[in-house]
Amino acid sequence: MSGSDPAILLEGVAKRYANGTLAVSGVDLAIGQGDFVALLGPSGCGKSTLLRIIAGLIPASSGKVTVSGGAGPEALGFVFQEPTLMPWASALKNVRLPLDLLGVARSEADARAAEALASVGLAGFETAYPRALSGGMKMRVSIARGLVTRPRLLLMDEPFAALDEITRQRLNDDLLALWQARTFTVVFVTHSVFESVYLSRRIIVMAPRPGRVAADRAVDAAYPRGEVFRTSVEYAGHARNISAALHAAMAA
Amino acid sequence: MIGPGFLGLTRDGWLRLLAPVVIGFLALAAWEIAVRVQEVPTYILPGPILIAQTLVEDWSSLAVSLGITLQITFAALVAAAVLGLLIAILFAQSRIIEASLFPYAVILQVTPIIAIAPLIIIWVDDVRLVLLICAWIVAFFPILSNTTLGLNSADHNLLDLFRLYRANRWQVLWRLRLPSAMPYFLAGVRIAGGLSLIGAIVAEFVAGTGGRASGLAYRILEAGYQLKIPRMFAALVLVSLTGIAIFLVLSLISHLLLRSWHESAVKRDRP
Ligand SMILES: Nc1ncnc2c1ncn2[C@@H]1O[C@H](COP(=O)(O)OP(=O)(O)OP(=O)(O)O)[C@@H](O)[C@H]1O
Ligand SMILES: [Mg+2]
Repeated sequence: MSGSDPAILLEGVAKRYANGTLAVSGVDLAIGQGDFVALLGPSGCGKSTLLRIIAGLIPASSGKVTVSGGAGPEALGFVFQEPTLMPWASALKNVRLPLDLLGVARSEADARAAEALASVGLAGFETAYPRALSGGMKMRVSIARGLVTRPRLLLMDEPFAALDEITRQRLNDDLLALWQARTFTVVFVTHSVFESVYLSRRIIVMAPRPGRVAADRAVDAAYPRGEVFRTSVEYAGHARNISAALHAAMAA
Repeated sequence: MIGPGFLGLTRDGWLRLLAPVVIGFLALAAWEIAVRVQEVPTYILPGPILIAQTLVEDWSSLAVSLGITLQITFAALVAAAVLGLLIAILFAQSRIIEASLFPYAVILQVTPIIAIAPLIIIWVDDVRLVLLICAWIVAFFPILSNTTLGLNSADHNLLDLFRLYRANRWQVLWRLRLPSAMPYFLAGVRIAGGLSLIGAIVAEFVAGTGGRASGLAYRILEAGYQLKIPRMFAALVLVSLTGIAIFLVLSLISHLLLRSWHESAVKRDRP
């Protein structure tokens, strides 16, 4: 994996908001191409801030941010905590939005959007409006929209936080399947120890006030991960380990 | 008892339809009886039956006036909708433009039209145009302020998403801000419909057009001078009915445009 340039390189990144809040400070982080990394930490520790800096939605106050392959906007996908769909547009039109904005021809955009919808298990729901979809289905549409440009980097900000446990597990499995089928890098913000262990290959534990990297742990379990992994001793061990790191970070 | 779904209306729907009709009918009946029992002269208070008769007898002249009032109301509403929307879009383009112009829109709104109308009469020769301008001034502000609010209330995460894909101003406006503003705009139009009728009537009271080319307000004034009180009431009834019709039509249009997606227009399942 490594050897080539990292997908994301943060060097001494800090962010002070206009109101004086120092949200993150002194963040050094390199994320490898094709990796699945979780950003884990308590509320207010600057996870969203860091993700938005990586996406280029807000500038860092100091430090250097390098996102390789970030030449075009199509190289990036972003999934918010809320589905964030346009209520006046059908599922297909919502998924097609990035392609429309990037000027992809209509027929090609339609085909690719339909394919993206199918890849999240929503074939047949092209014409449905968001309000006719369940919370989990809306989140799938949102993921399809994030993936429709075939980005090299997918940034997700607590995408499943509002969902019930069963839906969440299904979406976790689907996300892993998509990640394995293609090659893209995922940075996944979560405040759930279990979700971070289940999904990722590497977990960055963040500490609050100001937000910084407190621990950096690998989860060296093989993919595909499934129900067997979720109930294994290995999984429990990782969870205990990460949980301890999180508590240490919050106490520090 | 009326079952649910009878003639396509639920029980609640029937209640909402029938209750006001029954109340209205009872009130009219009481009015008619009171007028007859007390033998009130018709130049003080005519009964509803006489008013209805007058409406039918004078229909040919009243209809012409109704047509003129409707024309002015409709033209003012369209002008208010178009200009309100365009100016709101202009405001959305720049905070400076909005900050420097919005107070003047407010001033225009809070100054009573009755007070401005004489000035407009002095400046503008064409009486129809005077009425149109007055009606427009009254109707324009709710559309402007509502649409401005709507354009600014687009979802912030969606705005970020548009930025992420390097959308230009035009794409943000056309694909995000305008659709977000649609329900606000339509609510503004619904308010403006009634206001443009009020504006058209009030302006005519001040401007006092004469001859055949005059609207309902002039018919009310004229009937008042001539003590044709039943005719006055007939014209009044027409004004009210017009206002109700405008409101219903605009509500229907708004419902049809929003029904597929907006919370305000979506049918909800009820137990
Ligand atoms: N736009 C802003 N202006 C000022 N302060 C902000 C802004 N956004 C976030 N902050 C502050 O920065 C800190 C980090 O916020 P951030 O949203 O990055 O946290 P988070 O880790 O994503 O939290 P959560 O898990 O609750 O989403 C918080 O103290 C927050 O109050
Ligand atoms: Mg957050």
